[in-house]
Formats: sequence, C-alpha cells, structure tokens
Amino acid sequence: MEWMAWTLPTALFFVTIALTLAGMSLLHLKYPGTPRTGILGIETMRGDRLFISLLGSGFINLAWIGLTDASQYGALVICGLFAFCVFRWV
Amino acid sequence: MEKTVNQRAWLLVIPVLILVAFSSIIPMMTVVNYSFQDSFGGNEFFWVGLEWYRELLHSERLWDAFGRQLLFSFIILLIEIPLGILVALSMPKKGFAASICLVLMSLPLLIPYNVVGTIWQVFGRADIGLLGRALSDLGISYNYSQNAFDAWATVIMMDVWHWTSLVALLSYAGLRSIPSAYYQAAKIDQAGRWSVFRHIELPKMRGVLMIAILLRFMDSFMIYTEPFVLTGGGPGNATTFLSIDLVKMALGQFDLGPAAAFSLMYFLVILLISYVFYTVMITADKNEANR
Amino acid sequence: MSDKPAKRKRRSGSRLSILVMIAYLAFLLVPIYWLVIMSFKSNAEILGMFTLFPENFTLDNYRTIFGDPSWYMGYVNSFIYVSLNTVISLLVALPAAYAFSRFRFFGDNHLFFWLLTNRMAPPAVFALPFFQLYSSVSLFDTHIAVALAHCLFNVPLAVWILEGFMRGVPREIDETAFIDGYGFTRFFTRIFIPMIAPGIGVTAFFCFMFSWVELLLSRTLTSVEAKPITAIMTRTVSASGLDWGVLAAAGVLTIIPGAIVIYFVRNHIAKGFALGRV
Repeated sequence: MEWMAWTLPTALFFVTIALTLAGMSLLHLKYPGTPRTGILGIETMRGDRLFISLLGSGFINLAWIGLTDASQYGALVICGLFAFCVFRWV
Repeated sequence: MEKTVNQRAWLLVIPVLILVAFSSIIPMMTVVNYSFQDSFGGNEFFWVGLEWYRELLHSERLWDAFGRQLLFSFIILLIEIPLGILVALSMPKKGFAASICLVLMSLPLLIPYNVVGTIWQVFGRADIGLLGRALSDLGISYNYSQNAFDAWATVIMMDVWHWTSLVALLSYAGLRSIPSAYYQAAKIDQAGRWSVFRHIELPKMRGVLMIAILLRFMDSFMIYTEPFVLTGGGPGNATTFLSIDLVKMALGQFDLGPAAAFSLMYFLVILLISYVFYTVMITADKNEANR
Repeated sequence: MSDKPAKRKRRSGSRLSILVMIAYLAFLLVPIYWLVIMSFKSNAEILGMFTLFPENFTLDNYRTIFGDPSWYMGYVNSFIYVSLNTVISLLVALPAAYAFSRFRFFGDNHLFFWLLTNRMAPPAVFALPFFQLYSSVSLFDTHIAVALAHCLFNVPLAVWILEGFMRGVPREIDETAFIDGYGFTRFFTRIFIPMIAPGIGVTAFFCFMFSWVELLLSRTLTSVEAKPITAIMTRTVSASGLDWGVLAAAGVLTIIPGAIVIYFVRNHIAKGFALGRV
C-alpha cells in the first residue's frame, strides 16, 4: 500500500465517491427511478446524471485551474450548480 | 429477444470485476494520489496540491501535443474511413478470391506495432528503402527524420497502411449482411450505382461504421509505438503525440507527479469522448429497434 | 434493349473494383516484401547496392537469431505471456459474456460502459502505475505480470466478442437443457461452450493478436527474464550499431505466427471484427 502514496485528502475523495455510489445504489433499490429524456435528447437514469455531473465537474475544475488563480472552492460552487442543473434538466 | 431480469447474473461477472479492478481501479487511484504530490527517489512524497495541474495547464508543451494529437486523429479519420469503405465495396463477394483478400488485408493488423514502425523506418530511408529511394530518384527531397512535413506524411501513411484494413473489414461485414433481395429490388428500379450505395449500402453499414470511427479515433488518439519507433517524436517535437510525451515524462524523466496529472487529464478527455460515442451508439440502437 | 448497357456498366464497375483491390493490396504488400527480402540480404548488400531481389541469398540473419539466446528467448517469452493472457482472458470473460447476453441485472449498462473505457484507455496512462504496482508485489519482470497487464484491454474485448456470438444462440436451448435437468455448470461446459466454439476461436485469436502486437506495457514491465521480442527489437534499433539484416529477420519472424493463425480464422474474421468492435 505504501507505494500508492495515500494522503488524507485523496483518501477522503475516494471514500466520498464510494459512499455516493453505494448511496445511489441503495436509493435505486428502494425507489427505482424511471428513465427520462432531457434537454440533451438522451435517456438518462439517476446514475447517468451522476456520471455526467462528475465528469463535468472534472472539466470545470481543470478549467478553473487553467483560467483563474482564485481559490479552488470557487470551482466547487460551480460544480454544485452544474450538478443541480444536470439532475434537474438532463 | 427479451432478456430476463436476474440479479444472480452478478455472480458470473465477479471474476471480470476483480481482474479489471485490480488492473484499472488501483492504478487509477495511484495516479490520483501521485498527481497531488512531489516525489524524491520515487518513495518520498510531499503534498503540493494543484501545483502540477497549474503548471501543465499553463505549459505550451502539453497544449501543442494536444493540438497535434487532435489534428492527427482528424486526418486519420478523413482518409481511412472513405478509403476503407471504397476497399470494402471493391472486395470480391465470395469464393477463393475473397478468402485471399481477407487474409492479405488482415496481415498488417497482426504485425507488432514496433515492427510496423521498423518496416516504414526502413522503407522510407533514402539509402536503403524502396520508397525513399524512389522519391529521391524522382527528384523529390524526402527525409522523414529531418523534415517535419515528411515525418507527418510518413506517420500518416504508415497508419493508413496499418489500420485501413480494419475499417474495410468492418464495412465488409456490414455489406455482407444486406439481403440480396435489396439489390434485386434496386435493379428492377434501375437504380444507379451511387443511389444503391446512398440508399441501401450506406444505411446498412451505419452501425459498423460508427464502431469503425470510434475505434480509429480512440486508437489514433493514443498512438505511441509506431511513431516512437519511426521518428522518436521528432524532428524536434513535430510528431510528439500525447502518449509519446506522457511516456517521456513518466518513464524517461520519472517525474511521477506531473506525469500523473497529465495521465489524469488525458484520461478525462478519453472518458468524455468514449461516453459521447457510447451514448450516441446506444441511442441509435434504440431508435433502430423502435422503428 | 435496356439490359445491355446496364450489363456493360456493371462489368466496367467490377473492372474498377479489381483495380482498386489490386492497388490496395500492392500498397499493403510492398513494404512487407521489402522487409522480407531485406532479411535475406547481407548487410553489405543492404547498404552497398540497391537491389529489388537479394543478389546473394543468405540465411545468415536467421542463423544469428536462432543461435543467440538473447534473441530467441524473446520469442519464447512473448509466447508464454501471450498464451497466459489468452487463457486468463477467456476464462473470466466466458461467464461474464453469458451474463451480459442473457440477463438484465442491476447496473449492467454502466458495467458494460466501464469495461469499454478500459479498452479505450491509453496504455501510456497505465505504464507508470503498473510499473509501481507490479514492483510492489514483486512480480516485476515475470510473464504473469505482462499477461495480467494485457488483461486491461483484452478482457473487455473478449467480453464484447463473446457476448456478440452468444446473443446469436437461441435462449430456448438454455431453457430446454435446464428442463432436462442439467445444472448450470454442466450445461455451460457440455452444451453451451461447444455450441459457440467458433466464437471462442475468434476471441482467442483477437486476444492473442492484441497481446502479441503490444509493446509499451510489455517493455515497461520486463527487464531481463521475461523480455519480449518486441522490446528486444527496439533496443537493437536504439543501439547505434544497426544490423539491418538481423532486424528485418526478427521482424519477419514476428509476422509469421499472425499469418498462420489468420489462415485458420479467415472465414470468421470479418464477422469477428464486426462483433468484437475491436
């Protein structure tokens, strides 16, 4: 394990991802959602929307680093908004 | 054929999950960890936060490689897809000739990537290669190790040589699935060659062509070995594509942190493109089924 | 009346097809031909004169390879890890492909997409972490390390191809067998696997091929004991004392196994490519 060079922040990051996945799975088992077609014209389930949010957040963070010198928490706020929009309209 | 819902199917998938998790998730986690740290001697690590990302995103080296990569993949698609379709349409339909064509066409696909590089390295040299010699006898100055344009031309020609057969074989498989009744109907309607292609063959090949585009785009997007052997990324940095640059950084200089950050951004781009392609493919399949 | 021009048109069309085909095959074969004849020339002939056919036909280059363990062990090493990889990939992919082809289950589409991303991921991204991973479990420079590393792209590939072939087998066969009292394991090994034997053959061919042609990971994960022929060849290239004849001979020898297997699967290969989405 030592070669993987774990740090607290990255460990927390992966734990969060794992918990989110587990949570979404439980949610799905308890209240199975129905697919719907949003503004992108593709059929999505909750899981797909989560994936789109996460992928988009990755790019938002990178763009923030590339374009600004401001604190990374700014990017986090945008990611939150983005995720909200994805879950609401996609 | 409707599939039945059966959660026990998970048991059958578990071996794949374990194996692929071992060779994909653990390495990806490691990459994430490395990308936020600086290392000394590969075993002492210090937290540097977003430093590597900031450095890379502001470095011309990365953006240049990215631009070259996009241009390369675009040119490859532009040449190989139409050429592959043309070859597939020209292939004999059956019999001995068809077998021979299949075997000969598949041959380049089975040659180790570095040998492909070697073949073209030899073939293009002005002193010992047929191509290089022929061009210089014709009075065309051609030197892929000195001139950036020649290097690009050679790398592209090499890739066309290597992979067009894949597009052709996929299209051929698509063409074979067209029932002969379609052609007879077209004949009765006195349809010309072009309209047969446009209205019968092309729609029937759509599925396989999508796969061909996906594969050719992805594989050219991560091309490494062939140009590495042929030009070593040169002259200068002219043919340094993303993978070549990354390997230089990761294994050549053993810069764990920057290489990891590079890998992660590279992977994000791949993930985005794969997702778009996959979604388009699935949606197209669904529309087909509903029609 | 209208029959004749149509016929002539078609014939001229097919003549054009033949021309395209011949031109394309020539384009494919000439570089290979150049490599093959070079392997039969001496270095003096390669560098000294320009001949389209070997003037002094010699097998010396091949003798060099078969006489030197540091050359021919490269082929042995490659064969070992390629075979290991093919076996592992097939063993884990068979049940998974059956599950994907027969059942809907929780998260199946996402799982399939995740497998796809592994096929699409650049090996360059994985080279460094693989190096660290296999060093830490002291598998560095072993055949099994390369075989496992190649599973990254070969297992997803095997699952797709097999899934395509299995979808073509009617479900009724499964159901009849279960009614007849077959257990799952017995049904799978005795009835189902023989039925999709051609599919397994094609899958094995593709696993073999992609493991055989790969250089980056196999070079990164080996140093001496398991060094594959492809890595040995690039080493020779970078060392400046270039022995073109031997290099060409080594290249020709790497093409031969592929040429042999392709002959056996020639009738399935187009279908395999289409199903496999390779």
